[in-house]
Amino acid sequence: MDSVFGITYKGGVILATDQTNARSILTYQHNLDKITNLTSHSAMGVSGPNCDMVNFTEYISKNLQLYELSSHGTIKLSPYAQANFARNELAKALRKGPFQVNVLLGGYDTKKDVPELYFMDYLAALQKIKFGAQGYAGNFVLSIFDKEYREDMEFEAALKVIEQCIQELHVRFLINQPNFIIKKIDKDGVSVVKFGADPADT
Amino acid sequence: MSILEYNGAAMIAMAGKDCVGIAADRRLGIQLQTVAMDFEKVFQMGPKLFVGLAGLATDVQTLRNLLKFRLGLYELREERQMSPQVFSHLLSTILYEKRFGPYFCEPIVAGLDESGKPFLSGSDLIGATVKTDDYVVSGTCTGNLHGMCETLFKPDMEPDQLFETLAQSLLASVDRDAMSGWGGVVHIITKDGVTTKELKGRQD
Repeated sequence: MDSVFGITYKGGVILATDQTNARSILTYQHNLDKITNLTSHSAMGVSGPNCDMVNFTEYISKNLQLYELSSHGTIKLSPYAQANFARNELAKALRKGPFQVNVLLGGYDTKKDVPELYFMDYLAALQKIKFGAQGYAGNFVLSIFDKEYREDMEFEAALKVIEQCIQELHVRFLINQPNFIIKKIDKDGVSVVKFGADPADT
Repeated sequence: MSILEYNGAAMIAMAGKDCVGIAADRRLGIQLQTVAMDFEKVFQMGPKLFVGLAGLATDVQTLRNLLKFRLGLYELREERQMSPQVFSHLLSTILYEKRFGPYFCEPIVAGLDESGKPFLSGSDLIGATVKTDDYVVSGTCTGNLHGMCETLFKPDMEPDQLFETLAQSLLASVDRDAMSGWGGVVHIITKDGVTTKELKGRQD
């Protein structure tokens, strides 16, 4: 039931997810952060069961950090490389013990100076996209993206579209998702734009 | 719902006079939802060798990486290029190795061998290959594709005519299939090189 969606703009990527953690008829928490930071300039919005979410994202992010450490900071993996690494791991696990996670990987390529957004479903099909969504959210937000997306739109315009999407989900989506967390990835790294409820609040 | 129809695909490879062409649609879908309109399904494996992979997108990408790896190894060891016949056979072997847990992919191979003669082959998901001298098809609308190709195909077409035939056959077939379409790409391989053209069809 997780809503994950994202959009690229001129100079960055915005990722947004809901903050609801629920199973069956029970809501555990309303302040979960489903956008895991991978490296300094990339993050992954994830949807799926908590166990797979945590296991997969931690595995990928730690391995990416290890790669950087092993090269003594000389090799920084591009979002393209990170996405393909994640895809490879997901594909390997698919026929052994699959991770049921659908992800949107957003990153900023500091060498080429371009933002990149990757869609990856739980079967490990990877595709670079300009905007996208995972899960039921797609049924509501993809048409908004199709209509409102412009090549090289500014950050404020992209954020406005994201907020339109959140509004649409609030009005029309059956599942109640009161809080959303929005992060942006640009040349300065990953930062939180806003959240509905503070993930650090225990 | 068949696993081979989860993402959607349509592709044709056809032979002409001293040339071959391969065409595929561009849709990446997840059942009824379209995710992308620029998904790559045809890959260049050598200067005169292309492979088209139709089926489950994750296996398309896994197989493409595996083939790139095996081809690279072959070229390093043998210090020569892999001929289309060998490539087709390699693909068949790789697929049959997973006989009881297969890659959900039905590939087609198109290329010119060393003497410039066109080579075409297609196979099923477990590596049963068929070699033809006219055309091969694969994807979610093979019925449509066979109908169009059988009607429009003529032997010994020049590259321009081959392009037209491929383009028209593909576009007409995918328009009647919900799972494929959203544009197309055609590669024509002649002894002088490869020409690639994008097709704009019905964007639905």
